[in-house]
Amino acid sequence: MSTIIEVRDLVKHFQPKKKELVKAVDGVSLSIEQGICFGLLGPNGAGKTTTVELLEGIVKPTSGEILYRGKPIGDKFRHDAGIMFQNTALQDYMTVTEALNMFGSFYEKTVPLEKLIEQCALQEFLDRDTRKLSGGQKQRVLLAIALVNDPEVVFLDEPTTGLDPQARRNFWQLVNDIKANGKTIVLTTHYMEEAKLLCDELVFMDHGKIIAQGNPADLLSNRFNDVLLDLPADSVPDTLPALSTHTFTLNSSRAEFLTTDIDKTVKHLTAHGVSLTGMEVRSRSLEDLFIDLTGQELRA
Amino acid sequence: MISLKHFHAVFMARNREFIRDRSSWAWNIFFPILLIVGLAVMFGNDNRAVFKVGVYPAVPESESFFKTRHMQFVPVDELTASIVRIERHQLDLLLDVQTKRYWVNDTSPNGYISEKLLLADGGSGYSREQVSGREVRYVDWVLPGILGMNMMFACLFGVGYVIVRYRKSGVLKRLKATPLAAVEFLSAQVASRLWLVMAITLCVFFGTHFVLDFTMHGSYFSLIFVLTIGAIALINLGLLVAARTASEELAGGLLNLFTWPMLVMSGVWFSLEGAHPFVKSFAQILPLTHIVDAARAIMIDGASLLDVGWNVMYLMVFSVVCVIIGAKLFRWE
Repeated sequence: MSTIIEVRDLVKHFQPKKKELVKAVDGVSLSIEQGICFGLLGPNGAGKTTTVELLEGIVKPTSGEILYRGKPIGDKFRHDAGIMFQNTALQDYMTVTEALNMFGSFYEKTVPLEKLIEQCALQEFLDRDTRKLSGGQKQRVLLAIALVNDPEVVFLDEPTTGLDPQARRNFWQLVNDIKANGKTIVLTTHYMEEAKLLCDELVFMDHGKIIAQGNPADLLSNRFNDVLLDLPADSVPDTLPALSTHTFTLNSSRAEFLTTDIDKTVKHLTAHGVSLTGMEVRSRSLEDLFIDLTGQELRA
Repeated sequence: MISLKHFHAVFMARNREFIRDRSSWAWNIFFPILLIVGLAVMFGNDNRAVFKVGVYPAVPESESFFKTRHMQFVPVDELTASIVRIERHQLDLLLDVQTKRYWVNDTSPNGYISEKLLLADGGSGYSREQVSGREVRYVDWVLPGILGMNMMFACLFGVGYVIVRYRKSGVLKRLKATPLAAVEFLSAQVASRLWLVMAITLCVFFGTHFVLDFTMHGSYFSLIFVLTIGAIALINLGLLVAARTASEELAGGLLNLFTWPMLVMSGVWFSLEGAHPFVKSFAQILPLTHIVDAARAIMIDGASLLDVGWNVMYLMVFSVVCVIIGAKLFRWE
């Protein structure tokens, strides 16, 4: 696989009037392989959107370098990139078909309209004013606009925020289809389930810096070697002795054991007469990793 | 280099947006027509209580005619200018007490009665000089002002406010992410607004002409040319206001800052003759003053483009300055 986007020492500082300098992106380096789905995760204000907008060429960096196929991003990149912003409005009084045609006319190479309509399932509301679409429909139209030029790289900035679970799953299917067509996807999201399902490689950002990077499985196995065993709180007596292979915490109605040796913990529990009815075992998730990396304090 | 394909796509999108927005039609077309018709009803009938007689160079005390009641005698400094006022029915009679001549407009009923009064009161020593001309009603005078005012609102708000709204809602940011160039986007906005404003202005013009049959002494080509140059200047002023403003409130404030002085000081509603010299000089900075002055000169005095050359030149220079500063300041976001 070849590298499609490479970023070296990317810095973006903002200087609001009479306020402290904001280091939105503070020395980020990364490379994105062709054909993968690359995820950017992090809490609100971590610098994800600024990083993506720098990669898209929408925002100019304070310093650092962004290379597309080994060359600084320029006119060719504009034609090769498909972009779906976090918040986008289209011009008023414009139907879906008109919006697709208008955006299509800006590019030299375009996907046939029928194919786009089918791919993003737009058939039922082609003649509707774009202001009258539901959340899920609007996101599908914006995705279709991002795909209108048959892009090599597709940027999706929190594409499923605010969608209901069904619309979200529907959207994931569309993203998987795009990936199957060999496109490279750069995705930012707040949903760990989304990152797990769609992304081949992840970057966790906080305070403008990369704090962890790798494929989801490696990231989890490098960070955690335990599983979570969880029981109804009243099944566990106060007198249960401690064990070196697990830690125990009591959360209102559930008792949680984080254990590196599940056999040993289960034997320990049964040996002390603890009922295993209602027991749940799960491996560590990206959500655990997210909390573990970024802390639990409340963010803006 | 501007891509015509890009230009056309944005141009058509903006046209559709305007044409489908029914509420803007009401504001842009019906409001000015109602305004002009309303003014015509209010000021159309000339119900002056007195006859107005111009006297050159001063009103003599001795002659009994000058003591006639219900007649207003106004001393005038210049004969030629006063003869024009007779033509326009602004004066009913003009007397030159030095050369013993008088001028009257044959088409004016007030002129006819004033003349009879003069002759009945020993005024036979005066020799008659005839002039003819059509009356300039207030509505004839105010119409170019209303056309200009309507253009000003349509151009400034139709471009300035719309671009700021696009910027705030993220429309511009989305367009920036495509190969569309800023110059393509902006020129399409100007072109779309220009033809819509001109179409509306001409509709209002001919619509009211049909109803009110107002004075039009000049050429239609000159009038349309001046209005077009004026609309371009106002649109470019709108672009300048919208160049990097991101808040609709600020844009609204800035647009009002430009429109109100023009509304009051560009001579839309009343003539600036006799105004403070500072106001007169300030009015010369405002593009609407030049549009209204030139349109009035063409319609009422039959002026040629050469006669209003200064106004046209000013509007062109004003446009170029706005475009240069606006392009330098413009930001998609």
